[in-house]
Amino acid sequence: MENLLWLIPALPFLGALLLILFGTRLSRTLVAILGVGSVAVSALITILLGLEFLSNRPEFYHQEVWQWFSVAGFTPSIAFHIDALSMVFIFVITFVGALIHLYATSYMADDQDFSRFFASMNLFVGSMLMLVMADNLLLLYLGWEGVGLCSYLLIGFWYKEPANGYAARKAFIITRVGDTAMAIGLFMLFQAFGTLHIQTILTEAPEAWSVGSQMAVIVALLLGGAVGKSGQLPLQTWLPDAMAGPTPVSALIHAATMVTAGVYLIARMYVIFELAPLVQTIVAIVGAITLLLAGFSALTQYDLKRVLAYSTISQIGYMFLALGVGAWSAGIFHFMIHGFFKALLFLCAGAIIMALHHEQDMRKMGGLRHKMPVVYWTFLIGAASLAALPIITAGFYSKDQILWYALAGEYGNTWLYLAGLVGAFITSIYTFRMVFMTFFGESKTHLEHPPGKVITIPLIILAILSLVGGFIELPHNFPHVTLFSDVMAPVLPGIYANEGLAANEWMFQLVAAIVSLGGVFVAYLFYIKSPQLLTSIERSGFAMALHRFWHSGWGFDALYDVLIARPYVFISKLNKRDFIDSFYTGLARLAEGFHVMFSETQNGILRNYVAGIVVGAIMILTISLFL
Amino acid sequence: MILVWLIVILMAGGLLAWLSKKVNPEIPRWVALGAVLLDLILIVYLWINSKTTADSAWLLSYDVPWIPQWGVSFSLALDGLSLLMLVLTFFLGLLAVLISWKEIKNKVGFFHFNLLWVLAGITGVFLTMDLFLFYFFWEVMLIPMYFLIGVWGHENRTYAAYKFFLFTQASGLLMLLAILGLYFIHGSGTGNYTFNYFELLNTPLAPDAARLLMFGFLAAFLVKLPVVPFHSWLPDAHSQAPTAGSLILAGLLLKTGAYGLLRFVLPLFPTATVEFAPWAMLLGVIGIIYGAIVAYSQTDLKRLVAYTSVSHMGFVILGVFAFNEWALQGVVMQMIAHGLSTGALFILAGFLYERIHTRDITQMGGFWAKAPKMGVIALVFVMASLGLPGLGNFIAEFLTLVGSWQADNWLTVFATIGLVLATAYSLRIMQKVFYEPGPQRESFRDLSFREMLIAVPLVLGLLFLGLYPQPVLDMAQPAIKEQLQAYTSPEPTIAEPKTAVVQQPKATINANQIALNQRAFSNLQIFKSPN
Repeated sequence: MENLLWLIPALPFLGALLLILFGTRLSRTLVAILGVGSVAVSALITILLGLEFLSNRPEFYHQEVWQWFSVAGFTPSIAFHIDALSMVFIFVITFVGALIHLYATSYMADDQDFSRFFASMNLFVGSMLMLVMADNLLLLYLGWEGVGLCSYLLIGFWYKEPANGYAARKAFIITRVGDTAMAIGLFMLFQAFGTLHIQTILTEAPEAWSVGSQMAVIVALLLGGAVGKSGQLPLQTWLPDAMAGPTPVSALIHAATMVTAGVYLIARMYVIFELAPLVQTIVAIVGAITLLLAGFSALTQYDLKRVLAYSTISQIGYMFLALGVGAWSAGIFHFMIHGFFKALLFLCAGAIIMALHHEQDMRKMGGLRHKMPVVYWTFLIGAASLAALPIITAGFYSKDQILWYALAGEYGNTWLYLAGLVGAFITSIYTFRMVFMTFFGESKTHLEHPPGKVITIPLIILAILSLVGGFIELPHNFPHVTLFSDVMAPVLPGIYANEGLAANEWMFQLVAAIVSLGGVFVAYLFYIKSPQLLTSIERSGFAMALHRFWHSGWGFDALYDVLIARPYVFISKLNKRDFIDSFYTGLARLAEGFHVMFSETQNGILRNYVAGIVVGAIMILTISLFL
Repeated sequence: MILVWLIVILMAGGLLAWLSKKVNPEIPRWVALGAVLLDLILIVYLWINSKTTADSAWLLSYDVPWIPQWGVSFSLALDGLSLLMLVLTFFLGLLAVLISWKEIKNKVGFFHFNLLWVLAGITGVFLTMDLFLFYFFWEVMLIPMYFLIGVWGHENRTYAAYKFFLFTQASGLLMLLAILGLYFIHGSGTGNYTFNYFELLNTPLAPDAARLLMFGFLAAFLVKLPVVPFHSWLPDAHSQAPTAGSLILAGLLLKTGAYGLLRFVLPLFPTATVEFAPWAMLLGVIGIIYGAIVAYSQTDLKRLVAYTSVSHMGFVILGVFAFNEWALQGVVMQMIAHGLSTGALFILAGFLYERIHTRDITQMGGFWAKAPKMGVIALVFVMASLGLPGLGNFIAEFLTLVGSWQADNWLTVFATIGLVLATAYSLRIMQKVFYEPGPQRESFRDLSFREMLIAVPLVLGLLFLGLYPQPVLDMAQPAIKEQLQAYTSPEPTIAEPKTAVVQQPKATINANQIALNQRAFSNLQIFKSPN
């Protein structure tokens, strides 16, 4: 099985290549078979490999395909290193990816660029797999930039609308800012270790660096990359705009996989993050602030997909929080569960948007409960998992773990816990606001295309996973199941909870449950029971100003626009004609001026010549007299 | 002897092309195609049969006296660096002939004469090991290029041709002075008056003299490269030249500047360059950022690409003056990858011009729907230009930056920021030309078979360089070692990796060289880096 590792990323790449070369000449069915098939076979190999992995429990699989290059001791390879951490990511990427590809065959069925869509999606899956399978940071960087490219191509998929192109470029450029920080981090890592091989760095780092040494700079730079890709503060502004892409893209790239690349990077390099406690604390703080800011913004959005986008930023904030407090396995667990339910929510949203003929405004939806029962129930399950409704949903188990370690973990503290708790409350409100606005109340838009089987099957599978996925890791005071953290244990260290608090763990679970249910109730109160409360709030000027502020994502866009984008364009436009050139043209002008001046004297008038000779002679005589 | 043939075939082919026009105006194209193809086959043959020996970087050489009284010899030699540059020369030369097939309609014979003579001049520059001869070939490149721009160029061609000529000629004369200076110093010191490169290498020079002579050489190479603020001939020349001219300018002529730095400036003046290194690297970084900013707001597609060249060539000078193997390998890769990717963008501009007769990107738009093949291929070129991993330019820029990081941290940081700016201008090309809806156009055909024949090899070349660059790196390695000899203590020991996983850290960072750098750097307060 180990020899087949290379097939996992190679198949999607092959699919992409074939679709790029022949896509326009193939029939739609064939394009769909190629596009979905390549990822599905990849997923199948992954599952077989995963089963073998689970039964044999090797520490890792390794395969070198070829040596990329070798220059003066710098020898990165195209080589794969698969351990439990990569395994989880590969599983989510290929499995959820295959479901989303399948779904997209129906969602994109009428699009004239059907093959371009699947080519880009396959290319994305291949690059993402490279990212998580790479055994060295340079190959990881290849995947990292590759997914950025695909994200750009797919956000701007409907290119005829200039706004989509703008969103696409924004996403690429902003994430590239983070990538640049990361690249500098790689230069420094290479200087320090003479290699970019991940496992070598992880083994040697504890010997080479003392805790809190100035190598923290490197770690901070890697964090910069992670923050950019994962839409965390301060580089989060591209993600809401990224919703301009087709919905399956949002589900796969901007919810389940690519945006969690930052989480992967931090977890992968956890050893050096542990060596830089300051940076690790920053990870937690970034996560905590981001999850709050994005949560508040999600409360105020009307566009269904934008709510989900802000929610994604917020949930990745939870993952960062977990990583920041050293609850490595909890962060990855939440990544997996989030991958299920967020993909589910996006796909449901896509089904709704398609049925309502590309209507995304929730104010124009409503009453869809009876018209689209499958979508309603699966969306409800996804929403419940996102809101972390206790006991039954997977989201509860994953999020509860994060909240618990944010308080009781080694690096946890009350503030982080409170941020997480408030975030959970807001999450619950905006989630059920979404449910109530979309599915309850009166119907406002005519339903056009009821979803078919290709749409509903992925929904049902993901819904099941969003419910039962949590049972593989239960808290201590429940029937203690730790399947997930056991698998993770050889890769990511466990975390010890504060003894004093541990006795009362049930209390905090209860609080979390109440907060979650409380959020649902608040949403119910405002959007079902007494909508007049909402209108009374809307009368207040302050509330509306706050609403606008949150709606605009806390003004970050405007800030960056004024501080960076506009000055840059202004300077560039100002210097369009390249002022340095004016020096040379000035020189030429000067020469020309002399030319004109002296040629004036060559006018053929004899008396001028004579006068010139006389004046010259007098001057020379005068000078020689004085000297 | 085969080295002489490489040049003679081109020169004779050029004359033949000119004469054969009398018979039939189509024949010069075939003659030119044949001549360049023959050279390409020869050089590929040389590559395949090349075996570097451990003690010498040189693969082939040819040396006969030319003007013995003055110590001038007709001396050619080939090492890995020249070989790579020649492969690039003949490959791009071939494309230049193909690209002109439909574009050039008047004075076909004279056009191909000039084209082949430019290539001959470039070939000579990459091969010659006699400084007198080097200057001769340097001029041979210049004059036919002047005609290419001035006769077959666009609306403002005379101005651009003059400007190109004046810049290159003036800086070339400074180099001639430096060559003569070196000649006389060497001659009066040793009694052996010679222009031979290998003998001049060991000329003992007083620091002041070395500095002056270095600036003489630098003048020619920095203008050719070009380095900001000596770049302003380039946007005009590139945008006014016919497509083949732009291709050769961007793909090859700029590389002669980089080649000159590697071949002459580094080994001839080891101490003076170390002194100058911080300033040179600063110039490189300024070029990277300045070029990128100016490129962003250009509306003339060829001008835009020309400024991206300024930006990319900044990496070359940054890397050259970092004096280590990573950076220099990066520089060689950059020379090749930039030759392909920027050449490709100019070719793209040529394709567009052929169809819509404008270079103004505000007059373009929406071509993706009409010409998907062209769109995909353009996407590859644009991605190469912004340094996407998997394509050659990434390897080049990453290696250069890894190397320059060892020399100077802060300058490398700013150079890396250039990558973000590169993203901005590169995506603008895609957006304006292919995505955004543009003015309505009746017909816009996709790439023809001939055009695919030109574009696809470029795509494959970039992918090959990005995914498996080792053959190129191996070819360049002995030559690079040779150029760096003055900067390193005898053979840095590279410890073999102990196991597959654990490697010896920092085995190759040469203590001697770092000390040298640091001494130079401490002269300049602003370059103080935090570590």
